[in-house]
Amino acid sequence: MLPIDDVFRLTLIGISQGCAYGLVALGFVLIYKATEVVNFAHGDFMMFGGFAVLTFSESFGLGFWPSLLCACIAMGAAGFLVDALIMRRIIGQSQASVFILTVAFGFILRSAAGMIWGWNPVSIDTPFDNEVTIANVTIGAERLAIIAATVVLCTALYLFFSRSRLGIAMQASAQNQLAAYYMGIPVRRQVSLVWALAAAIATIAGAFMAPITQLDTNTGFIGIKALAGAIVGGFGSIPGTLLGCLLIGVIEPFADYFFPSIKGVSAYIVMLVVLFIRPEGLIVQTYMKKV
Amino acid sequence: MSSLVVKNLAIEFGGVKAVDDVSFEVEQGETFAIIGPNGAGKSTIFNLISRIYEPSAGSIHYGEKNLLDVAPHRVIDTGIARTFQNIDLFEQATVLQNLLVGRHRRMSQNILRDFVFFAGCRAREREHRRKVEDVIDLMEIAHYRDQLISDLPYGARKNVELARALCAEPTLLLLDEPASGLNQEETDDVSFWLNDIKHDLGVTIVMVEHDMGLVGRVADRVLAINNGKFLSLGTPEEVRNDAAVQQAYLGTAA
Amino acid sequence: MQVIFKTSYNQDINILSKTGQYIRVTLLVLAMLTAPLYLDVYYLSELGMLLVYVVAGVGLMILTGFTGQVSFGHAAFLGIGAYCHSILMSMGVPFFVSLPATALFSGLVGMLLGRSASKMHGFYLAVATLAFLIIVETLIGEWTDVTGGYAGFSVPELEIFGFYFVEMWQQYYVDLGVTLFVLWGTANLLRSPSGRAFLAVRDSELSARSLGVNIEWVKIQSFGISAAVTGVAGVLLAHHLLYLSPETFGVLESLKLLLMIVVGGLGSILGAVFGAIFVSLLPVALSILRDVLPDEISQQAGLEPMLFGFIIVIFVVFEPDGISGRWRKLLHFFETFPYYRKASFVRQKSYLKTERMR
Repeated sequence: MLPIDDVFRLTLIGISQGCAYGLVALGFVLIYKATEVVNFAHGDFMMFGGFAVLTFSESFGLGFWPSLLCACIAMGAAGFLVDALIMRRIIGQSQASVFILTVAFGFILRSAAGMIWGWNPVSIDTPFDNEVTIANVTIGAERLAIIAATVVLCTALYLFFSRSRLGIAMQASAQNQLAAYYMGIPVRRQVSLVWALAAAIATIAGAFMAPITQLDTNTGFIGIKALAGAIVGGFGSIPGTLLGCLLIGVIEPFADYFFPSIKGVSAYIVMLVVLFIRPEGLIVQTYMKKV
Repeated sequence: MSSLVVKNLAIEFGGVKAVDDVSFEVEQGETFAIIGPNGAGKSTIFNLISRIYEPSAGSIHYGEKNLLDVAPHRVIDTGIARTFQNIDLFEQATVLQNLLVGRHRRMSQNILRDFVFFAGCRAREREHRRKVEDVIDLMEIAHYRDQLISDLPYGARKNVELARALCAEPTLLLLDEPASGLNQEETDDVSFWLNDIKHDLGVTIVMVEHDMGLVGRVADRVLAINNGKFLSLGTPEEVRNDAAVQQAYLGTAA
Repeated sequence: MQVIFKTSYNQDINILSKTGQYIRVTLLVLAMLTAPLYLDVYYLSELGMLLVYVVAGVGLMILTGFTGQVSFGHAAFLGIGAYCHSILMSMGVPFFVSLPATALFSGLVGMLLGRSASKMHGFYLAVATLAFLIIVETLIGEWTDVTGGYAGFSVPELEIFGFYFVEMWQQYYVDLGVTLFVLWGTANLLRSPSGRAFLAVRDSELSARSLGVNIEWVKIQSFGISAAVTGVAGVLLAHHLLYLSPETFGVLESLKLLLMIVVGGLGSILGAVFGAIFVSLLPVALSILRDVLPDEISQQAGLEPMLFGFIIVIFVVFEPDGISGRWRKLLHFFETFPYYRKASFVRQKSYLKTERMR
């Protein structure tokens, strides 16, 4: 048996890891809800965003927070352009093509990042490099920062989508593009804005993840685990996604502890088991097609 | 003799009673129309019969079979084929392939035998092709035979969908708005076909239709519903003159 | 313009109905059969590798192109095929027993995956197959006693009925024979109810079900046959690689397969063939490109994946029908010369097909 302190520590690590997955998964879900496209390159957006923060803070000498803001804006613009220039053209094509297209973005981003920033892991200076002790357990502040960032970001998104004009318009166009269009909502720009928002969130995720995992071109593969978490929770609803990611995040450190030989794949096993029992995930979001 | 017997059928969608205690019987060989304003629950009845939805109450029998015991993909084995309100064809396949899928339930299928196209596969293809050609002749779609569905105009797609249902050699045909979106001439064609199908093939037809002209020409009996509830049942003439039906369509008389 | 007068149903049932098709395929097969006469060992082995990818591509095409189920994990079946066959061979099982046994095993694993995947749709399936791949890769790596783990596994020599097929041309003929059989079999599927049921499930599950197609079973079958074919490709691949390690069958390999069928053209056997040719020529094109580009760019490690990425973007955006679509247009151009118009192939306006409503 594990001592209680270790259980607590692993749980805390799990929650922060789950929040990290959740942060990444938020971007997946936003884009999926708006366009029904799953952006498999989202993890790479995150990686790229992390590097962007690094560039702003080192090359331009800005502090962490101003760099984060600048990077968010830059990545947001990039996300907007990706939709406006490419994704918009391929609406209605077969899913396989769309999937492979977003995977291709991932390739391009990874190669570009490697060419610009090199292939070795780097770290970002953040304000959270000290350690915090809670009830006998010492844990890095960066892990708590992720939890805080997730809570703040989710609250902000919730307020944005339920209170702001733009947020409500976005929701409307996600639910019924045609109806929204008839109501005078510029649906196409709206969708591009969602991409921008998702890219900005990815940047935040990248910046907060960087102290924990370090940053290299393969950081983006965490996106697959985030996707697994989102699927466990039932894609398409933000609370469900967070729930699934937390679940995966908490299970993972324990599974790695008890079964070290399958380190790293427990998330996928959990996902396959959940899908086997509930093919739509824990919280179901699809409806019957009207015929 | 009644073939399709629907008793006290009901279904709810999140508290809304889309179909509420509807009962009717369809005689073998007759053409039976279901009419009603938009959202009356006509298509929902079809979807209940073809087992896409699960009813919350009531029963559906076809012949000896209790349809509620039948899996959705087995409904056609009882002899019931259908078309859809918004044409639902296999878009990236040719007309011929679509029609041959209509023969699917009558073709013996074994994937390993198909893979090596074992002896008998060719004969099987030819035999079913012959049946398909009969339907192609009946529906006059020979010149579309090798085209992809996605290249066909709307009216042709409607015909192909009806042809595909006929390829299954059904005894009961559910037609969801066979004339919607068609012009007058095409609608006249539909009424001829419906009569042909009824008289030559002996198929019982249940259809949902808005075009009262067409209903008047082909239907033996008409069921009118509104808000999921039974309004009236009788010959087209009787239903047309029914006070409740007129009220549902035209609103309360001033 | 060539107008075909059909006088017999057989003309539609035959795989090659047009004279032009018949001549082209015959010439190609003849060229392939005589290849060892005029190609040296290096090119012969490249050609053999190309055939392996044709088989693998057809395997994935059955599932993704015909049945519409996107799999990100098909390299797992390549790996299962390669390992299963090598292990059987090293236990002394003859080639002609091991090959079908491997196909069967791979097919059964595929059906099992299909059983759990048959109720999923869209990207759930894509991610689930990806997870399956990662698990299989880890399993091969960790199961050291049987697979040799990350240290690798050396493939026994190709031996058929006591004869050792050590020469490249002998191995090439094995590749060619298997490839032709798989292509023929897949074409057979498409002209029988099984294949039409695949297409039906791809285009509309709703209609397919109403016509008596058992969706779940069709998906399981499709997974099974697709996995079996890909497993056979794995068998051939094993004899080309000579040395197996789990990383060979990772995510990148899966994506390469997917790239192949998308670039080649989804939904046709020809697409898988074109796709295989394409990925085989890609390294050649890359080395030429490296010579042309300035050193600062050409020496970068990320050039290949980046090129990969850009090619996919260009194909998906500008030629969604892939190379085989372009090929059809080219043929049409010559058949109807000089009447070909751009409008002969207008892309149908397509709308967002919602997945939330099913």
